[in-house]
Amino acid sequence: MSTRIQNNTPLRFDLQVIASWIRTGSRVIGLGCGEGELLAHLKAKKQVRETGIEIVEQRVVRCIEKGLSVIQGDINEEVHDYPDDTFDYVVLSQTLQQVYDPLALIESMLRIGKKAIVSFPNFGHWHVRAQVLFTGHAPITPQLPYTWYGTPNIRILSIKDFRAFAEQVGFSILKEVTINTDKQDKSGRIVQVLPNLRATYGIYLISRE
Amino acid sequence: MLRGGFRNECFEFLLDMSEYITHDQAGKSVGKVEKQFFTFAQPPDEMMLDSGASLGPITLAYETYGNMNRDKSNVVLVCHALTGDSHAAGYYSDADDKPGWWDNMIGPGKGIDTDKYFVICSNVLGGCMGSTGPSSVNPETGSPWGMDFPFVTIGDMVRAQKALMDHLGIKKILSMTGGSMGGMQVLQWCVQYPEMIQSAIPMATTMRHSALAIAFNEVARQAIIADPNWRNGNYYGGKKPDLGLSVARMIGHITYLSDEAMRRKFGRQLQDRTDLSYQFDVDFQVESYLRHQGAKFVERFDANSFLYITKAADYFDLTRFKNANSAVRVFSVAAARFMVISFTSDWLYPTYQSREMVQTMKKGGLVDVSFCEVEAEWGHDAFLLPNQRLTNVVRGFIDSVYQDTK
Repeated sequence: MSTRIQNNTPLRFDLQVIASWIRTGSRVIGLGCGEGELLAHLKAKKQVRETGIEIVEQRVVRCIEKGLSVIQGDINEEVHDYPDDTFDYVVLSQTLQQVYDPLALIESMLRIGKKAIVSFPNFGHWHVRAQVLFTGHAPITPQLPYTWYGTPNIRILSIKDFRAFAEQVGFSILKEVTINTDKQDKSGRIVQVLPNLRATYGIYLISRE
Repeated sequence: MLRGGFRNECFEFLLDMSEYITHDQAGKSVGKVEKQFFTFAQPPDEMMLDSGASLGPITLAYETYGNMNRDKSNVVLVCHALTGDSHAAGYYSDADDKPGWWDNMIGPGKGIDTDKYFVICSNVLGGCMGSTGPSSVNPETGSPWGMDFPFVTIGDMVRAQKALMDHLGIKKILSMTGGSMGGMQVLQWCVQYPEMIQSAIPMATTMRHSALAIAFNEVARQAIIADPNWRNGNYYGGKKPDLGLSVARMIGHITYLSDEAMRRKFGRQLQDRTDLSYQFDVDFQVESYLRHQGAKFVERFDANSFLYITKAADYFDLTRFKNANSAVRVFSVAAARFMVISFTSDWLYPTYQSREMVQTMKKGGLVDVSFCEVEAEWGHDAFLLPNQRLTNVVRGFIDSVYQDTK
């Protein structure tokens, strides 16, 4: 009798992009790793040494069932204890927009990791802009499916905002991929023309200057 | 003996919980098991203790479940808590109505799967369930050790277990686990014999006792010492300090439960009466429950062992191992993958103490560390109760460590 999870579903498109950036055999920490989809993929396919941070007990249990090393806790707290450069990559997937102090978190990520990978939904997407412009309501889109009073997304940023943020704060963007995904995020394509208007997500590989 | 009726027809549901032994719903069990004994440290090769004293010969009672594979790579060592014993799973005989203390976790297809793993559990040094302790006979005098028994520490308990592993020809332990004081032994093993431990699951435990935990133990010890039958530990063959030991157990039980557990199980319900008695007899169900627990405990446990073992738990301080000045340095030698488990309602070793442990491991650069705070309402002893999430993480963790070794 085994409860080992058979993961036959393909990796979400944005996570495929992130996975493609990570070197085989590296040390990776996933902040807010959920049920460990990305980490399990990286462990199986790229033999990484993985660590996850996740606050919800049930998700932590799922991760451990899959054989992943995961610590239950708040990402803003848990990043503090690791020595400098403990990891090759620190991944923050689709969570930056939910963080109270994004600057402090990114600084911690760049301290404990040699590189960091950050992704977020693009509030500059034309769909969002059109909703605000034509309906006058706070936007609700497939990527941002929440009402204003129920949304966990407390930081509203666009692709352009993140680029400017890097410049103001002083970290380097090593790679930028902007993507447009289907409603389930299973498949997608890379957007090269007018990404701030046309991409639903931005994904960045960053490092200290 | 304590006054008050132990009529407990309506308490069967509690008694099951109190001893944390439940028959597996699926009826799966390791079946009949046998307590075994290993004696070592024969004079003059006695075992050196942390206190500087030496002790020998030493006998450890132990049990094993499942089969050791050819390369001895499937060994899981289980450590028991304060008043536990080597009987972690299965039955001694057909007439046995209760299985070992962790039968819900250890067995075929269970969290610690005896179809795959070879499980060992031994009674601690200083105990009274078959291993050498203060109730054993001092070979020099021919009578029980009593208070002449040397002080033992968690480190000494682990040293004795190491001798058992050597005897069984085991060089690597795939995984070791234990709750409460069992968890202390797990942690101690990981720094005392780091090369032997591939993975560790310390549960509901701590790197060192808080003042609160020491305080409860001290009150419990004083209850025994104040019993006139204790007679400075020389009660063997005469009247035993049952009153003191049962009060000690009652105190312990309060710390093993939780405010919520007690509120739910007992509230202010009266025991076998409809009105207050205006006597110092049993009024409330919780009083009856504690008295029953105390009375049952004295039948199976030695008061001097209780004194020695609680003191060993109080002395335990992993952060000062080998006079280290930092806990981070202590853990940095550990090579094990860790999974630290705490329980939401545990107020004896609260979650913050497990978090402290995890922080220490992280600061030491250990990355193969998992931590899960399991939602449980039953307090400190939640680790002993059937819990599907706990079973799942234990199974997932040990299986993945086993995969990695192949």
